[in-house]
Amino acid sequence: MISTVAQQLWCVAALLATTVLAIATSRSRRSTAIVYGATFAISAIALAAALHALIAHSNATGLMLPVGLPWLGSHFRLDALAAFFLAVVNLGGAAASLYGLGYGSHETTPHRVLPFFPAFLAGMNLVVLADDAFTYLLCWEFMSLASWALVMSHHREADNARAGYVYLVMASFGTLALLLAFGLLSGAGGSYSFAAMRGIQHTPSEAALVLALMLLGAGSKAGLVPLHVWLPLAHPAAPSHVSALMSGVMTKVAVYGFIRVVFDLLGPPSWSAGVVVLILGGVTAVMGILYALMEKDLKRLLAYSTIENIGVVFASLGLALAFQANGYRLAAALAFTAALFHVLNHSFFKSLLFFGAGAVLTSTGERDMEKLGGLIHRMPLTSFVFLVGCVAISALPPFNGFVSEWLMFQAVLQSPDLPQWMLKIMVPAVGALLALAAVLAAACFVKAFGITFLGRARSPAAEAAGEVDRYCLAAMFGLAALCFLAGILPGLVIDALSPVAMAVIGHRMPVQASDAWLSIVPIEESRSSYNGLLVFIFITLRRRLPCISSIALHRARSGAGPPGVAALPIRLRRRNIPE
Amino acid sequence: MLAENASWLFRVTPYITFAAIWVAAALVPTFATGLEFNWSADLIAIVALLGSARFFLALAGMDVGTSFGGIGSSREVMIAALAEPAMLLMVFCVALIAGSTQLSTVATFMASSEVGLRVSLGMAMIALIMVALAENARIPIDNPATHLELTMVHEAMILEYSGRHLAMIEFGAFLKLQLYVSLIICVFFPWQITTEGAGPLSYLVSVAAYILKLVIASFLLAVFETATAKVRVFRVPEFLGAALMLGLLGTLLRFVSRGF
Repeated sequence: MISTVAQQLWCVAALLATTVLAIATSRSRRSTAIVYGATFAISAIALAAALHALIAHSNATGLMLPVGLPWLGSHFRLDALAAFFLAVVNLGGAAASLYGLGYGSHETTPHRVLPFFPAFLAGMNLVVLADDAFTYLLCWEFMSLASWALVMSHHREADNARAGYVYLVMASFGTLALLLAFGLLSGAGGSYSFAAMRGIQHTPSEAALVLALMLLGAGSKAGLVPLHVWLPLAHPAAPSHVSALMSGVMTKVAVYGFIRVVFDLLGPPSWSAGVVVLILGGVTAVMGILYALMEKDLKRLLAYSTIENIGVVFASLGLALAFQANGYRLAAALAFTAALFHVLNHSFFKSLLFFGAGAVLTSTGERDMEKLGGLIHRMPLTSFVFLVGCVAISALPPFNGFVSEWLMFQAVLQSPDLPQWMLKIMVPAVGALLALAAVLAAACFVKAFGITFLGRARSPAAEAAGEVDRYCLAAMFGLAALCFLAGILPGLVIDALSPVAMAVIGHRMPVQASDAWLSIVPIEESRSSYNGLLVFIFITLRRRLPCISSIALHRARSGAGPPGVAALPIRLRRRNIPE
Repeated sequence: MLAENASWLFRVTPYITFAAIWVAAALVPTFATGLEFNWSADLIAIVALLGSARFFLALAGMDVGTSFGGIGSSREVMIAALAEPAMLLMVFCVALIAGSTQLSTVATFMASSEVGLRVSLGMAMIALIMVALAENARIPIDNPATHLELTMVHEAMILEYSGRHLAMIEFGAFLKLQLYVSLIICVFFPWQITTEGAGPLSYLVSVAAYILKLVIASFLLAVFETATAKVRVFRVPEFLGAALMLGLLGTLLRFVSRGF
């Protein structure tokens, strides 16, 4: 039986081999199917292995490979935190590959996309597995460059070259910040393995500087305001399944880097670190969604909404830091679990929404929402799953987005226990910002769905749209089902996340699976509880009852008439309807 | 009667909206706390369920593609974008004082003698009343009885509906008004609410008290509506901004005020 980390590294090796295969067969017509089929299979295997490692509470396993610097080698390690993020990466990878099987056939220049797609997946996997600073930075750059190549795959289109340039500059800048952060972390002794960094005591000023550098380095990759400028340019420029990976998954790899350094390597946090991360998160959430509200380009709107969600994740992490610094382990575990849950949720629905935008793009050739409209009649399945994604991302019950926001608000409400006045005032204020962001997100997605899919077609392209192929639909329906399942069975997800909280925070949320009707109870039942399953059952029952009774009582069929007729009094209606 | 361009979303929306509001309304303790399913969702979930209802209704307004539906939806969403955060801040304020977001626990706590009068609770109450007026499309934000083109908000959104669909939506709107009134009663005036383990007689008293409180609330609403005029749509943000600020101040003042 090979160790869990070796399993993951074999998968990465297979992905790199797929890259070579893609280069070799790039001129062949079958290469699209071969490459995406291979990445789908490999990602699915890696996902299963990562989930097994996470749920079976496997011990952390390390491995040194004799690649990289001569005589020193590269260290890799798989613990609970890495296993969770590997699951997120490979789930996104599998979904994007499945989508690519259909979407890739419309690609005009497949040889610019196919070699880099497996390489990008391999890079993200390697960042999460890395266990020393050198390997981490190398893999981080590999990931950045592979994604840059994908952003530039349609380099002749207007603005894409600029997007690629801005991305490259920001990525190099971010890596520089990370390099300096790791330099500080390795201390005067200069040992660059993560195991050695954990043993070093840092002075408060050193720790503050490392935090600032991590916020610059990981924050620029994740899209924290004001380092987000590249994100709405670069994410939409890539092919849609790559946009989904960049928005739904790569930003999570940056979140992973932040958690790894700030929660794991840096030692016990100070409460002021929590304040900084909290405020940055809250501001990012509101600014991101305000930009998204002003956007007319569907894919750019989704990219801006990613910024909002990253803000929510960072705000939860800031809360976790604040609680952790004051020794409130249970509340810290609650906030941390909320952050991880939101990471998972966002990878589901953001991938789903980018796939939907890609489906609209293949079907109509348009990204401008003003030129779409009425697609619900011509793309009924796509519009259904896109609606699921919109409801989930708007944090509406009974879908998954609501659960993570709810957990986060519960963590916010634990703030009176905190001793510092700054935090006592700041946490509810940031909670208000997050509430504002959540509502604006709902407004934003009412607009996005309404203008794109409802009403009437506003261009000939939208008039002539048709449904997309079955691979694209399969990928979207799979993610929509996950959004729904995570929304009605959140207790199972929280229990699956508990080894991560245990490893990082040293405490976990109470076991949820034993609660009646699978409800979730973060602290105790008298304080708060939520049951997605029951809410869903009640809504469905209530929907059925009046539906059945009103149809039974009133057998008349609905007639159709021109818009506006319904508002007229009945005696006027007859004149308006052509018989 | 359906418009020709209506999609499946237009047909299912009345039922989804009604179901979401019904579930939210069922979660508010009206005359007794500790009922069978009260733990299945809390106050934050109630706010979000109402958000779900509004989300679908706003989409249905845009579905047919007429200008009234679109303008109604965009106004409704704009009002909600300010009203819902104000509501959540009110929830924070109450939850921080009561130590719970579970409405049964909140009501039991508020009915106990340890609360007293608090500045933050007063602010939260005013904020909630303002939000309730806005969310229920009442004067001064909107007028449920108007069909004047330039002033309608909620009515413009549902202009394309008729027959049983319209009935479901109107029924949902009534339920929502009842929900908000019950919520105000339950959180701020939970006198005579029956707590767990009380005798059957106390349930009767509570029901009578609840009905009396509802009647008083409706009377006050009617008096208020006849006494004020509807404000222009552009002034709605000022009204709701005040509610938002009251909610925030209430939450923050909680640290410096105490019960009397």
